[in-house]
Amino acid sequence: MATPKKMAPRDNGAPDHKVNLHPLMAKNYGKWKYHEIPKPGVLKHVAENGDAIFTVRAGSPRTMSVDTVRKVCDIADKYCQGHLRFTSRANIEFLCGNEKDVEPLIAEINKVLGFPVGGTGNTLSNILHTQGWMHCNLPGTDAAGSVKALMDDLYNEFVKEDLPYRVKLSTSCCTINCGGQADIAINVQHHHPPRINHQGVPICELPKVVAICPVAAIRPTNVDGKGSLEVVEEKCMYCGACHGQCPSMEIRDAQTDTLTIWVGGKNSSTRKGPAFMKLAVWGLPNNPPRWPEVSAAVRKIINAYKAGGRPYERIGEWIDRIGWKKFFEVTGFPFTKYHIDDFKLARTTLNTSTHVRL
Amino acid sequence: MSDKNKKTEIKTPLLDELKTGPWPSFVNDLKKLSERKPAVGELLGQLEQSYEDNWNYWQGTVLNVDGYGGGVIARYSELAGKFPNIAQFHTIRIIPPAGWVYSTKKLRELCDIWDKHGAGIMQMHGMTGDALLLGTDNKTTFDAAEELMEAGWDLGGSGAAMRTLSCCVGQARCEMACFDTMGVTKFLTDTFISQLHRPELPYKYKFKLSGCANDCAASMQRSDMPVIGTWRGPMQIDQEEVAKFIDKHGLDYTVNNVITRCPTQCMQLKGKSIEVDNGNCVHCMHCINVMNKALAPGKDRGATILIGGKRTLKIGDTMSSVLVPFMKLETPEDWRKLTALVERIWEFWGENGLEHERIGEFIERVGLGTLLENIGLEPNVEMVAHPRSNPYIKFEELAPGRMGGEPEEAPTVVNKETEGFEKA
Ligand code: SF4
Ligand code: SF4
Ligand code: SF4
Ligand code: SF4
Repeated sequence: MATPKKMAPRDNGAPDHKVNLHPLMAKNYGKWKYHEIPKPGVLKHVAENGDAIFTVRAGSPRTMSVDTVRKVCDIADKYCQGHLRFTSRANIEFLCGNEKDVEPLIAEINKVLGFPVGGTGNTLSNILHTQGWMHCNLPGTDAAGSVKALMDDLYNEFVKEDLPYRVKLSTSCCTINCGGQADIAINVQHHHPPRINHQGVPICELPKVVAICPVAAIRPTNVDGKGSLEVVEEKCMYCGACHGQCPSMEIRDAQTDTLTIWVGGKNSSTRKGPAFMKLAVWGLPNNPPRWPEVSAAVRKIINAYKAGGRPYERIGEWIDRIGWKKFFEVTGFPFTKYHIDDFKLARTTLNTSTHVRL
Repeated sequence: MSDKNKKTEIKTPLLDELKTGPWPSFVNDLKKLSERKPAVGELLGQLEQSYEDNWNYWQGTVLNVDGYGGGVIARYSELAGKFPNIAQFHTIRIIPPAGWVYSTKKLRELCDIWDKHGAGIMQMHGMTGDALLLGTDNKTTFDAAEELMEAGWDLGGSGAAMRTLSCCVGQARCEMACFDTMGVTKFLTDTFISQLHRPELPYKYKFKLSGCANDCAASMQRSDMPVIGTWRGPMQIDQEEVAKFIDKHGLDYTVNNVITRCPTQCMQLKGKSIEVDNGNCVHCMHCINVMNKALAPGKDRGATILIGGKRTLKIGDTMSSVLVPFMKLETPEDWRKLTALVERIWEFWGENGLEHERIGEFIERVGLGTLLENIGLEPNVEMVAHPRSNPYIKFEELAPGRMGGEPEEAPTVVNKETEGFEKA
């Protein structure tokens, strides 16, 4: 039976955040004074008038069934006056008005949901991730699964606060890098130019495909009397942008795609300004279901940072202080010609001083 | 049509390895859901196939709800023969409440609608900031969208449009916040809702709003227009609390972790008090983070508006850069100044941007100076890290007189080179 179509643009806009705020948040909006971290995973925000709200941060797998989300709601109803929030890194923050509820709340989160409490202060964040094989049309690897595997391995760094400073992680399942900048990021690399399906290409908007290539490697050509595209192999650096534009430019390769790890990215302007992340190690096998080689490499970086980082130094700041020579020494990753940039602005990344660590 | 209620036994030995371990497992959760939603079982079946083959089996196309040019991420399975219930398996993007704060009432409403019309999978939240609801077909997408909109929700952005905004928790629960991130987020969303729903820009345009330089909304490298809270004038210092901090943590700790980490060295320790050269403070937030009881942002607050950040696709990463060093964002009039600025940028970029050209790439092509002239902003020294170091400049004020009076000459350099070449 067809549904009668009532739809027209409603343009409702953003939901009213005010009706969603915890009463203490609404009451003290703009009047918070300071905060403390009573224990890992718990924040206490104190308002000018002495009101305090407790936040219990739980790691979530991001992908959840409605049944699980309802359980989350049950807990928030019981201890949080019916309010909660999510963080940009897919944690759930239970907002709690009464200090005495904090411990029972934590116990229930652990028991009923099986979610860990942590991720505040000098801990590892939940890994920011993308859609992967579960729902994107472009991925070279999985996101939800690789993140679950990694977080199993890094669990203690999430629940304990004993890193020099906070560490944010992300994964991206193709070179488009929806995962974004992070202290440690895991990204897919392709290693061949796209394989072109000349039957399928004409369906795509060819000028758009040509235009999207960052190195102008794509040009129109004629195949069997029909318009198609070709790729200049020497120019192509396997970014996969054309695959996003036209599925018939197949860049992924089940046998040869590998993973790379990047370090030292940061968004905040605290201390030094924001930083891009830099290549640490490449060529790690794309190895589901647990990607053990990736976990091992991430672990090496975290251990080295834990041993050598100073308080308030993010990974990039730690490396800035000790130098890249030392970074490669303490992690044991080889420095190779691929660590030297050869894309646009590459020379700005070279050492233009005699500052060398010998 | 396939029987949506018929449950087939699907084996997933590889995924089952993700059922164990201390971190919560989406596999366990979705397996349970699959007991009453066959499509979810098939989703796991296809995912298992991906794990086996290191290969992805989704195709992406476009599906639009009437009157909307985006917001639905359409997916068609290439394994529909094997998994008929996920032949169409779309995601609906939903604009979340600013700061991702939910009452359980509203969150349950989302759950109920999604349970009724979709596969019941939620992702809180996607990388753009939308609440993602996974698992509808071509028909149920409309049913779900209809009911969501009846309840006051709205579809998020996709394509060459303004995207769903995201912001930090801001003044709702953070003492650092220098402006009402949630209020401005809602205001921008509602003001530009048409540009969010009906793509008409050269490419996507993302706003992310953070209440201070800590940038919890990760706006610098992830949004075309970061709005980041800051202040003018003196930082607030409670010297009594400073002394308490020093007593508690010691002098070494205070010097090593606060004073010497200031990027502009504008802080000095005087006995047990702190002195700040406020004119040289760059409002980086470090000292305030460490001593948040003793130090606080100044009282004259606003935001820095930046432009042009984005992640890799096409030209590589670009960092945002300062466009307006300080803008008050307190009253609706202040907010309208921001939307007016955005409108001027969109007009110039809309007319001159190439298809698929993000604003940062556009600035790289035409130059920031050109943008400023066309949007009516004066150059400001805070827009640069330092003045230019290359001398290839066309000083417009000085050029015309000379160009008019110059006698035309033969290009001698070319001649010499030609001679030299022929002799050799
Ligand atoms: S990183 Fe690539 S594959 Fe992954 S979600 Fe983004 S576009 Fe899709
Ligand atoms: S993979 Fe990237 S570089 Fe290669 S042809 Fe496609 S768009 Fe161009
Ligand atoms: S960006 Fe600043 S104001 Fe916003 S939540 Fe983070 S610390 Fe608070
Ligand atoms: S906010 Fe940053 S720049 Fe300003 S005094 Fe503190 S550490 Fe220095």
